[in-house]
Amino acid sequence: MSARHEGEGQHVAPGTVTETGTDAADTPADTAPAAETAPTASSTAGGGSAPEASGPSVLQRIARGNLLVIVLAFVFAFLVGSILILVSDQAFREAAGYFFARPADTFTAAWQAITEAYAAMFRGAVYDYSGAARVAEDIRERGGSGLYVLGPAFLRGIEPLLETLTVATPLIIASVGIAISFRSGLFNIGGTGQLLAGATAAGYVGFAVSLPPVIHLIAALLAAIVAGGIWGGIAGLLKARFGASEVISTIMLNWIAVYGLAFALTTAAFTGANQAQPTSPAVAGTARLPLLAGDDFRLHAGLVLALAAIVFLWWLMNRSTVGFRFRAVGSNPRAAEVAGIDVGRSAVGVMVVAGALVGLAGATHVLGTEHRLTGDVAGSIGFDAITVALLGRSGPVGILLAGLLFAGLSTGGRYMETSEGVPIDLVQVIQALVVLFIAAPPLVRYLVGLRRIDRPRRPRPSRRAAAYAAEKAETSKGAAA
Amino acid sequence: MSTALAPDSPAASTREAPGRPERPRSWWYLPAGLAALAVIALGVFARGAAAGATTTFRLAREGDLNPGGIVPGDVALPAGGTALVLGLLCLAIAVVLGVLAAISRPLAPRWRITLVVVFGLAWVTAFLTWAFNGARVDLGTLLQTMMVLAVPLAFGALSGVLSERAGVINIAIEGQLLFGAFGAVLIGSMAGSAWVGLLAAPLMALVIGALLALFAIGYQVQQIIVGVVLNVFAIGLTSFFFGSVMKQNPGLFNRPLRLPTLRIPVLADLPVIGTVLFEQTILVYLMFLIVVGLTIALFRTRWGLRVRAVGEHPRAADTVGIDVNRTRWTNVLLGAAVAGLGGATLTIGTGVAFGEEMSSGKGYIALAAMILGRYHPVGALLAALVFAFADALQLNIGTLPAGAGAGIPSQFLLMLPYIVTLFAVAGVVGRVRVPAADGVPYVKQ
Repeated sequence: MSARHEGEGQHVAPGTVTETGTDAADTPADTAPAAETAPTASSTAGGGSAPEASGPSVLQRIARGNLLVIVLAFVFAFLVGSILILVSDQAFREAAGYFFARPADTFTAAWQAITEAYAAMFRGAVYDYSGAARVAEDIRERGGSGLYVLGPAFLRGIEPLLETLTVATPLIIASVGIAISFRSGLFNIGGTGQLLAGATAAGYVGFAVSLPPVIHLIAALLAAIVAGGIWGGIAGLLKARFGASEVISTIMLNWIAVYGLAFALTTAAFTGANQAQPTSPAVAGTARLPLLAGDDFRLHAGLVLALAAIVFLWWLMNRSTVGFRFRAVGSNPRAAEVAGIDVGRSAVGVMVVAGALVGLAGATHVLGTEHRLTGDVAGSIGFDAITVALLGRSGPVGILLAGLLFAGLSTGGRYMETSEGVPIDLVQVIQALVVLFIAAPPLVRYLVGLRRIDRPRRPRPSRRAAAYAAEKAETSKGAAA
Repeated sequence: MSTALAPDSPAASTREAPGRPERPRSWWYLPAGLAALAVIALGVFARGAAAGATTTFRLAREGDLNPGGIVPGDVALPAGGTALVLGLLCLAIAVVLGVLAAISRPLAPRWRITLVVVFGLAWVTAFLTWAFNGARVDLGTLLQTMMVLAVPLAFGALSGVLSERAGVINIAIEGQLLFGAFGAVLIGSMAGSAWVGLLAAPLMALVIGALLALFAIGYQVQQIIVGVVLNVFAIGLTSFFFGSVMKQNPGLFNRPLRLPTLRIPVLADLPVIGTVLFEQTILVYLMFLIVVGLTIALFRTRWGLRVRAVGEHPRAADTVGIDVNRTRWTNVLLGAAVAGLGGATLTIGTGVAFGEEMSSGKGYIALAAMILGRYHPVGALLAALVFAFADALQLNIGTLPAGAGAGIPSQFLLMLPYIVTLFAVAGVVGRVRVPAADGVPYVKQ
């Protein structure tokens, strides 16, 4: 994603190009191929991290920076979320009904609705402090003290965090796959299809074949990698051979996979004895990913695979020759072709690798969490992975953080739904808004009144703004003196 | 990005062999594809039907305007024999097209299209005799279902045509449909009138359209990203309101309303096509009006020329004084409004209340219909009809009595639009030419 933007730097606003701090290292490498052959295209790339020749003020540099935009994007997204919570909250609407009689009621109700919802989200995603306190109380009543209290209470408290990690596992792996295709200039919207292909293959090997413990697991994972790779490879092949837009073909392959699995779950091969139910038998114990935190929690070894996938992304894109080719094609296909890279073969390669990783994500989901195939086993992971990859700017650390964040939002959202009655769909809205805001830094800056940074020499029509500008100029003059 | 999307990316253009323009490299795609289909018709449809089974096609119904019984009521055909004859006809057409293409003497486009259409009709009839062998097909009902299912797809595809012709990729059709459906029910229920809902639907969809335009045109964010994210946003927001406000008070916010059916007196009595075309809600008539109007507007008026110029070569358009970004804004908004009407079809057009994620991928089929229809309003409508026909068949086959029919899994028919589109973007059905500046933001130099 970043690579693409750098390729056509002129029309991308500065902030969009910059990477989060950890990615700054690979930014120059990203632009390198483009810079060699097409200096004009990449002259503006490099983005906000490179200060302008005129030397902007400290304030400008902060305002141009990425961190501010990210923080503000979250603030705005949660603000919109708060409004939605209010609209859906009956107590608030009732209080608002007699707003002019007792306005304080309205504000109290609003404050309560919002804080309770977000507190529930935190409790459900990170640390359930009230649950922990309850357990501690309970044990104390029964006469326990010291570690006997703290241990179980702490475990109870971090239960949501472990759940968040479980949810994050397939999300991170899948977005690593998506990120590889984004950085190679291919818009892989086919997360759902590749995930389903992988999940189906892994699940089938898991319940239909019987093998010794470790081998079974490896076989199931490999099956998922192959299936996902093939599913992604189809789109790559169509692009390389026929020039078919990968956006369209991956979307179509998503739905083909959805209906394919739905059909498979009506056949005896997939449903086992109970053919009326569109679910497969449970995956054999030998093919399941081992649990990491004891039998009480769902956290499984897929997390290790997720971390490995992150490292793989870093290695592939920053250290390997193949990754360099992928990136070169992503930055500037024409230049890459002149340099002797087979663009078509690269497209197939990218899609196979991306599909394989997304397929692996499906495998961890089935073998670790779900244990059986159902029609909507993929849920919204496929699309969430796209947003995670976008939010993480397709970089390793960015994806790790964004994946954890999105997983936390969705586990927290689930808890919020059950405890506060706020539908979990709120989380989707917040996620979408965060990505939209971060994609358009000028909008965020405009919303907080930092418009000058994007259009420094724009004449001000309004008198107030003119006065503000004059004042600004004076203060900066004063500072310079 | 432009390179990644446009079919004339370097990967494709270098493979396009220069010279011999009369026989392009892809000359054998269409004949080979048709031949394969014909072989399927012969091998599967003709042999698959139970021996001696007949398929009854119901054409005219009682009470239809049918002077002297010109159109027969029920036509019973031997399933196997009919499929065999039609399959042979299909094969003959494929061979003729193949031979003519091979000797570099292509037919005039008019004849070519006629042959392909005849092929399509014969193939579908063969398919129907096989799929419904031993049962009765009520063609009128089948087509009626098709029309109901096609309308949202067609509106969505028209939305895509409007914005992509101006150079803005519109993946957010799904979100626009959903917002339209949501707005129609919400506002309609609050006002207590389906007509108010009909007005509200396009306005609600404009929200998504405006967001798409703001981010894609105003802030030049990657247009595919904006579309995908806006779909997530639309699903999230409508599901949120469905789960909270609408659930708390369905009587006020989520009532099943229905637009009245407008019957055109004499024409509605025609056999088979009467009810399909002339006994529908206003949305269906609107759809036909928009298709005709948009075709004329795009290809016969100054406005259309400008829109296409903006989509093909924005800099040239700018040079002659066309405001590129304003044209794009207008078109995206117009498209969103049209898609909103499609959304209204899902709820007030069919008389159901709003449901979570009720567009269920229709926006993506609409996208496919737009591509298959080659960014042309009429093509988009035809593609939408074809896709809807597959869906209608699937519904119809689901209601067949046990033992009758060929037992085709409904999932395959649901999959069909996507597979057809996959072939279409690969160039088997003829290369789809994307507007040259589709997806490329325009910045004045």
